[in-house]
Formats: sequence, C-alpha cells, structure tokens
Amino acid sequence: MTKEKGANIHRRDFLKSGAALASVTLASGVTLMAMGQGVAAGANPNVRWGLLIDANKCPSDCSACISACSNEHGWEDNGLPTDPQWIRKITLKDKNTGHENTLPLMCQHCEKPPCVDVCPTGASFKRADGIVLVDRHICIGCRYCMMACPFKARSFVHEKVKGQKTSSPRGKGTVEGCNMCVHKLDKGEGTTACVTACSATGNNAMIFGDLNDPSSDISLALTNYPSVELRDDLRLNLGVRYLNI
Amino acid sequence: MSVLMFAQLAISIWDLGAKMKKLLILVLMIFAFFSTAVLAQSLFPNIPKATGNEHPQGNEFMRINHMDMLRHERDMTMREGIRDVDNSLAQCISCHVVKGTDSKPVTIESEEHFCRVCHDFAAVKLDCFSCHNSVPEEGLKTSFKHPDANGSLNAVMAYLEETAK
Repeated sequence: MTKEKGANIHRRDFLKSGAALASVTLASGVTLMAMGQGVAAGANPNVRWGLLIDANKCPSDCSACISACSNEHGWEDNGLPTDPQWIRKITLKDKNTGHENTLPLMCQHCEKPPCVDVCPTGASFKRADGIVLVDRHICIGCRYCMMACPFKARSFVHEKVKGQKTSSPRGKGTVEGCNMCVHKLDKGEGTTACVTACSATGNNAMIFGDLNDPSSDISLALTNYPSVELRDDLRLNLGVRYLNI
Repeated sequence: MSVLMFAQLAISIWDLGAKMKKLLILVLMIFAFFSTAVLAQSLFPNIPKATGNEHPQGNEFMRINHMDMLRHERDMTMREGIRDVDNSLAQCISCHVVKGTDSKPVTIESEEHFCRVCHDFAAVKLDCFSCHNSVPEEGLKTSFKHPDANGSLNAVMAYLEETAK
C-alpha cells in the first residue's frame, strides 16, 4: 500500500508553516510573528535530557534535592509506607570494606522503559526528548509500571490530593514519578528543581543537561569520568548515570 | 326555593363572575410572572461573571466546545510538550475565578465554583479537579490577552509582552 502524498509531513511542521502564513507584515522588511514560534517548539526529538550524579559529593545528611522536589511538585513523604517518593536517598554499603555511599534515586528515564512496555492503556510513555512520563488522564492505576520498574521509582497516590501545584497536577488513583521538571524544561529553564537545590548547597553533586549535545556540561563530564548506570545488566540505557559508586 | 328564584340567583352570580373574570385573570398573570422569575432564579444556573477579556469565539461557542478544546490541548501539552496553548485549564481557572465570602477563590468543593454551576445543573461529572487545582495559583497572570482578541496590533504586542516576561 502506498502512502498518500504529503502524509509524511509532521503535524508540528504543518502547524509551523501555518504560523508562518499567519505572520503580519507591518512594513516592508518588518514582519511580526503572531505566535511565539520559539516557545511552541515542544519536546525536541534531537535532545535527550539526562542527569549525572556524583555519589562522592553527596553527603549522607543532605536531603536538599528531596525537599526541593517535594516543594516543586507538591508531594509529601511523611514516612507512611503509602506516601509518594518521586526521589529518595538510598545508602549503598560495601560488605567487604564497610564503605558507605549515599545517593539520590529517582526515575532513571530509560531509553527502553519497562514501565512503558507493560502499561495497558498507553498512559506510561516516553516523550520525544527522552523523558518518561505518566499521562494521568488515561492512567487507570493498575500499578503494572510500579512492578516493572527495576528502581522502584514510581509511586501510587493513595489519598485524595488537594491544593496541587498548577504546573504539577496529581491525584488519587494514579501513578506518578519524577518528570524531570518537564514544565521547567518546556519553559526553557534548562534545569530541574533538585539540581538547582543541589548546587545551592554547594555540593554540586548533580549535573543536568542534554546527553546528545557533545558540548554540554554533562556530556563533557561523561566523557572525562567513568560513570555507571544502575542495573546495566538490563540494558535499558538510562538517562541518569552515577559517578563513584 | 322556587325554580324561578334559583334561576335569578344563578344569573346574578354569573354576572358577578363576568366582572371578576378579568380581575382573576390579571391576578393570575401577575402571579405567573413572579413565579417564573422565582423559578428562573432557583432552577437555572446563575453563571458567575469572569474577570479578564471576553472569549474571541463568544460564550456560546465556549459552552459547546470547551471540553474538546481542553482535551486537544491537554494532549499537546502532555505528550508533545507544547505549552504556549491558548486554552489551558489553568487559564480557564484564572479568569473564571469565583471569590467566596472570605474573598478567597472558592474550590471545586463549593457549589459556587464556576465549573460546578453548570456541571451540577447538567448533571455531568467533572473529573479534572481530582488531579488539577481548582483555584488559580498565586502569581498566575489573570490579565491574559488572547492574541486573536480583536486582531489588532496592540493585542498582539500586549500578548508578546506578556509572554516574554
């Protein structure tokens, strides 16, 4: 079966061409775009957002990234087993030497996410720029993704939620997890709440950036230092990598 | 009582009835007018006025199409990350805010909430606010101008200025 001619045009490109037509010519040579085209770009398929976390720079008594995430997205972990954890601190101990390491763990934004594979409704999905999200409009709360995730990165909302952040809607009966502060990225802020908080403490244990851009801070650090991904035996190609663990 | 007397009485009552009829009709009409006014107040939704600019497409269009617009743009925002949409739920909430007796915006818990006024009347269940906040976040712009409000240069400039902030 042959494809209809023109069917390959992406919707966004089509919209862009429409926006170009809608531009207003004020005077010869001066053009005013009716809609901000730069803002409307959306998730860029050429970008892959990632995080690099240096466990040596992460003190065991610091939880700045966790409280920053909690404030940014409005979730609260009061210690109940059913409370959500978008990000948490874990401790690794070498049994032979007794050496302990702490590091923050959140959704690793896999290239091949198991949560997306198992989702029966398509609610769990990966955006064009590599961010793995839950579309809670169609999430039925079955929690298959929570079982599939090797990192226990997702939480189920058990209680009714009130006073959500406008930029981070969340509600009872759906699954949620780290969204890499997608609302900030779409605004072009180019950083996440946890990374901002980490550098504010002076620890600078986290670097955020575009893994596909060879000149970005994160790519340079990845080239220069030996980083690892957790559970690399699963070959999921994670977006979050660690140093010194 | 003779048959003649009865007939005379009947005629006099009929006469009286003819005079009363007009009065009775008038009274009934006045009563009907006020009772419909009372009915209108109690049965039909009393839609709260919004702040901000009017919808360029008109209220009737919005009443019929708001759910489709929201659904379309939610998918664009959620799936594709396109966030400079004109018809976000946050934008609806921001202009259609209803303030309660404590002069704070009322949440969806209140029957006076803009969305609930009509949705209660139409008996259509509203799911948006099990996840989304039903009151505007502080600091959210309320004087948002639709870029196509009247197509004038000023409107476009104002929009650009506002979105550039």
